[in-house]
Amino acid sequence: MTDSETGVQDAGFDDWLDAAEEGAAYYLECPEGHGSLPPRRVCPDCGSTDLEEVQLPETGVVETFTVTHVPTPAFEDDAPYATAVADFGPVSLTGQVVGIDLEGIETGLEVELEITVSETTGERVIGFSPV
Amino acid sequence: MSNVRVAGVGLTPFGNTPERTGRDLFAEASIKAFEDSGVPRDDVDALLYGNFMGELSEHQGHQGPLMAEAAGIQAPATRYESACASSGTAVRDAVMRVRNGEDDVVLVGGAERMTNLGTAGATEALAIAADDLWEVRAGTTFPGAYALMAQAYFDEFGGEHEDLAHIAVKNHENALTNDKAQYQRAIEVSDVLEAPQVSSPLGLYDACPISDGAAAVVLTSEEYAAEHDLDAPVAITGTGQGGDRMALHDREHLARSPAAREAGTEAYADAGVDAADVDLAEVHDCFTIAEVLALEALDLEPIGEGITAARDGRTTADGETPINLSGGLKAKGHPVGATGASQIAEVAKLLAGTHPNSSAVEDATTGVAHNAGGTVASATVHVLEVTE
Repeated sequence: MTDSETGVQDAGFDDWLDAAEEGAAYYLECPEGHGSLPPRRVCPDCGSTDLEEVQLPETGVVETFTVTHVPTPAFEDDAPYATAVADFGPVSLTGQVVGIDLEGIETGLEVELEITVSETTGERVIGFSPV
Repeated sequence: MSNVRVAGVGLTPFGNTPERTGRDLFAEASIKAFEDSGVPRDDVDALLYGNFMGELSEHQGHQGPLMAEAAGIQAPATRYESACASSGTAVRDAVMRVRNGEDDVVLVGGAERMTNLGTAGATEALAIAADDLWEVRAGTTFPGAYALMAQAYFDEFGGEHEDLAHIAVKNHENALTNDKAQYQRAIEVSDVLEAPQVSSPLGLYDACPISDGAAAVVLTSEEYAAEHDLDAPVAITGTGQGGDRMALHDREHLARSPAAREAGTEAYADAGVDAADVDLAEVHDCFTIAEVLALEALDLEPIGEGITAARDGRTTADGETPINLSGGLKAKGHPVGATGASQIAEVAKLLAGTHPNSSAVEDATTGVAHNAGGTVASATVHVLEVTE
């Protein structure tokens, strides 16, 4: 169920997108230093319930990527598009690579977070743009 | 602790039958399994049934009792959902129930109706095996997630698309004798390389098809099999299950499957075997790269070397350890909820000498079934052995 169908937000996740759009993306850190993403009450690595919001490092590095030609209906008008896993240090994220030709994307590319929108649904999408 | 015998197996054809309901598919598989086993329906103590996308494809939840009814059994029934490992997890629990003496006879299996959704609908349904918030909303598809793993593998260990193509060619070749397979058609390496891209570096022929189908297996205790003089020479002697973080980006290694390693290690130890004892395996090749990751997780190939196994003939029908003699998910088809149980059925027949491809593994005594869910956040491994 997408937000636009019900108008209901996903607490934690949409709050994170709001923060990311303001340039204030964060991750959750436990006292052991494990990073994770919201919504979350318990550290998935050690079970700590003492989680603190910490600013996400400004840049990440593309660890792997793919160009998708056969999308789900929610990205029908977006295809072909590139999806990547980018390592931001304490956490990695999955996002769409924007602001670069699909042919120019490679492992090791340095990127920063850029919240974009799906051309198909208008929903917000986590994106990465080259630094 | 009782050994668990495979008393009978039943499979529907896997393929493109969009009009057939899940209950009809599972009924057919169950009829065949009961016929094959000689076990009366009244003796069944429980049905454990795997299904992944029934809510989306058939608007049907609560499928346990529905499928018990379809199979004509009066026993309590429970549905198992672990994405593409749904019936693998059902088999594991069935094995444990029989072992601990709770049940003597369990009907275990699964079914999936998929093709009625069309390609876009099935792609959307399969994607829900990933983290909806953090993966699917970024555009991750199921092929896309495995493509991320394939690219990571190439970057870490080398290899190229042509290596993967040999896996597809091998599995299509194996399916030629499998009259239940979705594709009984040989392909060439060039067919794979020239096919349209789905998610780079994977193309259409790297991917298993969208399939309808069902599988059912009758498992009994060793004592029940002896008392009733069943022809059940194959036992499930090892079971293991592993888990991992849901989202691919939360894994330490993007090109390895620790959940499958955990499941395999547990299953080998449970059976008292090691990888060198394995004569054949059915592994979860939803995409060509998935077969590579499975072989390495099961210690059938060293880390970073599984990519060449098919190309160099180590896993072909005439190789040292034939992999996916049924055709695998790639050519046999992948009706998601049925796949784990169908692998048990194929391995049991290969070991019993009743499979069309048994001639490739005449002296085989030990086989493995590896079933994976999502990007292997769930995995089950079973060891099957010939006991008589």
